[in-house]
Amino acid sequence: MTIAELVREAALEQVGYSADECLKCNVCNTVCPVARVTDLFPGPKYVGPQAARFRMGHTLPAQAKGLPRLASPDRTVDWCSGCGCCTAACPAGVKVAEMNSQSRARMKAGKLPKLRDWGLGQTDLVGTVGVLFRPIANWALANRPIRRLLHITFGIHHSAPFPKFSRGTYQSAWKRRQKRLQKQFGITAEPGPGAAVVYFHGCSVNYYEPEVAEAMIAVLARNGYEVIVPPQVCCGLPLISNGIYGEARAHAHKNLEILAGYARRGYKILGTSSSCIHTIKAEYREMLDIHDDEATVVANATWDICEFLLDLHDQGKLDTGFGPLPQDLPYHAPCQLRSHGIGLPAMDLFALVPGLRARDIDHDCCGIAGTYGMKKEKYGIAMAVGAPLFEKVRASGATEAACDSETCRWQIQGATGVRTRHPVEILLAAYRAADAADAAEAARR
Amino acid sequence: MSETRPFDVIVVGGGATGAGVLRDLARRGLRSLLVERGDYGTGTTGRYHGLLHSGGRYAMRDSQAARECIVENRILRRIAPASIEATGGYFVATPDDPEDYVDGFPAACAAAGIECEEIPVLQALAREPALNPKIRRVFRVPDGSVEPWNLIEANLADARLHGSEAWSYHRVVGFERAGDRITAATIRDESSGTTSRISTRFVVSAAGAWAGGIAALAGVQLSMRPGKGVMLIYNQRMTDTVINRCHLSSDGDIMVPVHTVAILGTTDVRVADPDSNEITREEVAALIGEGEKLFPDLRRMRLLRAYAGVRPLYDPPDDVGVSENRKMSRAHSVIDHGERDGVDNFVSIVGGKLTTYRLMAEDTVNVVAARLGVTERCTTAGAVLPNQVQGKTYWLGHRLAEHEAQGGGDAALICECEFVTRPMLEAYLDEHWPCSIDDVRRGTRLGMGPCQGGFCTFRAAGLVSERGAGAETDAIVDYLRERFMGTRPIASGRQLQELWMVHGMYLGSLGLESLVDRGPASAAVEVPNARR
Ligand SMILES: Cc1cc2nc3c(=O)[nH]c(=O)nc-3n(C[C@H](O)[C@H](O)[C@H](O)COP(=O)(O)OP(=O)(O)OC[C@H]3O[C@@H](n4cnc5c(N)ncnc54)[C@H](O)[C@@H]3O)c2cc1C
Repeated sequence: MTIAELVREAALEQVGYSADECLKCNVCNTVCPVARVTDLFPGPKYVGPQAARFRMGHTLPAQAKGLPRLASPDRTVDWCSGCGCCTAACPAGVKVAEMNSQSRARMKAGKLPKLRDWGLGQTDLVGTVGVLFRPIANWALANRPIRRLLHITFGIHHSAPFPKFSRGTYQSAWKRRQKRLQKQFGITAEPGPGAAVVYFHGCSVNYYEPEVAEAMIAVLARNGYEVIVPPQVCCGLPLISNGIYGEARAHAHKNLEILAGYARRGYKILGTSSSCIHTIKAEYREMLDIHDDEATVVANATWDICEFLLDLHDQGKLDTGFGPLPQDLPYHAPCQLRSHGIGLPAMDLFALVPGLRARDIDHDCCGIAGTYGMKKEKYGIAMAVGAPLFEKVRASGATEAACDSETCRWQIQGATGVRTRHPVEILLAAYRAADAADAAEAARR
Repeated sequence: MSETRPFDVIVVGGGATGAGVLRDLARRGLRSLLVERGDYGTGTTGRYHGLLHSGGRYAMRDSQAARECIVENRILRRIAPASIEATGGYFVATPDDPEDYVDGFPAACAAAGIECEEIPVLQALAREPALNPKIRRVFRVPDGSVEPWNLIEANLADARLHGSEAWSYHRVVGFERAGDRITAATIRDESSGTTSRISTRFVVSAAGAWAGGIAALAGVQLSMRPGKGVMLIYNQRMTDTVINRCHLSSDGDIMVPVHTVAILGTTDVRVADPDSNEITREEVAALIGEGEKLFPDLRRMRLLRAYAGVRPLYDPPDDVGVSENRKMSRAHSVIDHGERDGVDNFVSIVGGKLTTYRLMAEDTVNVVAARLGVTERCTTAGAVLPNQVQGKTYWLGHRLAEHEAQGGGDAALICECEFVTRPMLEAYLDEHWPCSIDDVRRGTRLGMGPCQGGFCTFRAAGLVSERGAGAETDAIVDYLRERFMGTRPIASGRQLQELWMVHGMYLGSLGLESLVDRGPASAAVEVPNARR
């Protein structure tokens, strides 16, 4: 392919062209959680396919790739939370949310990002430092005066939910575990693609919630799968959401290079974070405009954990020996999960657990949308977006809730005080309930 | 018939030429009246391609026309920036274009005084990635695009400042002659149907393709050769630069970015009647076929509508009365009916280009002034037109940017596609009422985006009904009829779906079906047919 053809291909893959598909029908406006609660955001149709026609003008060619061609003349696009409900709902196939994200990036391109926005995108940096100075960091993030100071100086809302840093990163824990196993059993070959899956754990597991990884590994082990945890960096979504595309692309390429090696050998790539997984599956191509072979092979091999387990079940291969969990479980399907277009696999899996009264809350968005709801000026919007959801969780009287994306879990837990878990944690609990019942039975005998 | 006070000069035709003539007359102290049978810019000026010629298209075959274009191009950028987008233009050599034409092009431009620079193909493709990657050479010239209605309005505004008048929806239906002179014109008010008689010292026909008919009213024979041209409007600007094929101008060889859209043109077919603007599916297909040589993915891009305009062509060779012809370019002709036909105070200005409208007006008014003994010289090239925002040419994003600067939001949006707000629309209605929604469209771009009036017509009708109760249904029906007409020849894909949706909204949801059945208006909602 000549350079000229490459240039052209990049142009036509531009999300901006999908504005051609818009029928102006307003469906996107009716599903937008943000437009519903604030007049600051004029809605996805306005900032998306409508405004797109005003952004087709010329700009520096070096910036043309992957971005709308003209600096966005509008500012209101920054109120888009990026939840993606519009794209999911559009009957004509307009990439509304992607268009908005690119416009935001365009708006910010060439300018130094706000320190806050840049910082929110640096999940690896923040995570590494936080884990290193764990006691101080956790104390500081829970300290009201310090949060107020952060609010005023950095613009991170004082009441925005923040998780606690964990003891060491998951990557280092994994390496230790591998060393231990090696010592115990000698050098072991990496299991093949039929016996193992590759895990993209993402930042939440790496720095805050190792228990989710442990739950996934235990659930998979129960079903005969081993897990490989390759080195990896943040998927880049927080950078994308904050309009910092250049750095996001660098992350994408690093991850793609590592993951493509596995994908080409036939491994499935699983994730417990529905948003990281969606980034790898869709946004590397659609937002960042990475259209190479690596991006495609990785996207095709990538699965959400629940999607994978449900697929096992469909094949009759899932261990359905779940013990009873007699409890109410309000479940929220994150926007990012819905963008996968895989239904609600967690709900289908919950149905296999005896006694579990799982209920899909059926609310579009919890409001947080990654880092959106953490921002001082957007916190109020995010809380208003999620309010009906919080109300239902509270009203359910349940002591636990479930949700597939980490920031949504933190948001729900922060707003309601109800412990919110990843679906695999619930499934593991159900397996353990079976074990406990078996043990009790054995003891009785 | 009522009698109105006399004017020095009556100008027939409210296109760019007539508006330019009126301005020039007024600035030379001649109190004049322009009459236009419809809204301003509803003749060829409102149905042209939108190109501010650099002259490149004429450089190889008509050096004088080319030179006139570049001179006027520079003048218009200075005096009418609010109507111009300085997009720049490329002449690209596709594999289909003849070597010798391409080789000779830069020198021909230089000879005509047109800045022309060859740029690397890759540079052009980087700037305009939708272009055919197989192009061999690219020349950059100072083409641009012009908004016609705004330009007419500015010319009329300047004329009014200088004591002249312009009446839209007034048709010239006859002239009174006394010997070798026209003494008065009979003018019919098209809204009320009443006629009036206006005495005058001189008549200028700037009726473009309709000039033959006006001449006939004065008892003079003038045969025009109207040439129909079809153009296709694309939903988005796949190019930000005017793109021309580098060959002898022909069908479908130029794409002009105009505001939010890009327009592919054009054809040239001789027609008997200047009012004929029918478009066939075959013409549309042929245009796209040619256009693909410039933009290979054209078929994937959404078409909004097709429209046609009629060139005011005139072939002067055996026409003895064209006295000034040798001095002037073949591009336009000032026909002095005194010498040619023995009507002393009557000239017709025909042919030409929108780009050269000011020069055409100057040439015309020079003749008029000489006849009326006016010694004032033409000042239209030096004086900037009224209402030019900061002297800057406009840019694509300006309307969205301005809307956002005023707070943005969709609460006040009447036309979502083109960002026409309620205050913009009210201001237009304040100034022009009574008028149709189609007039509003020309003044504001209402309904010119992808939904072609689907979502703005009922809103605009609401505002119209506040001014004249009962007018809204007719307003809706008339406007949608006009919008649907242009979408029919191209209706397919998304645009066809859009039509069906709009059709459903108005006939189903808004219940217009029961209303349109009553009369001829039913044609407005005729179902679009993909096979037509
Ligand atoms: C397809 C096409 C593409 C073109 N592209 C370009 C281009 O890209 N760039 C460029 O510079 N030029 C272009 N031209 C040429 C340009 O459009 C015309 O030369 C110019 O618009 C003519 O303007 P006008 O005022 O002379 O005529 P018009 O705009 O036709 O004005 C004549 C007016 O007279 C009115 N009238 C008729 N009869 C009466 C009556 N009895 N009483 C009152 N009023 C009456 C009509 O309603 C009409 O409004 C194009 C032309 C065509 C057809």
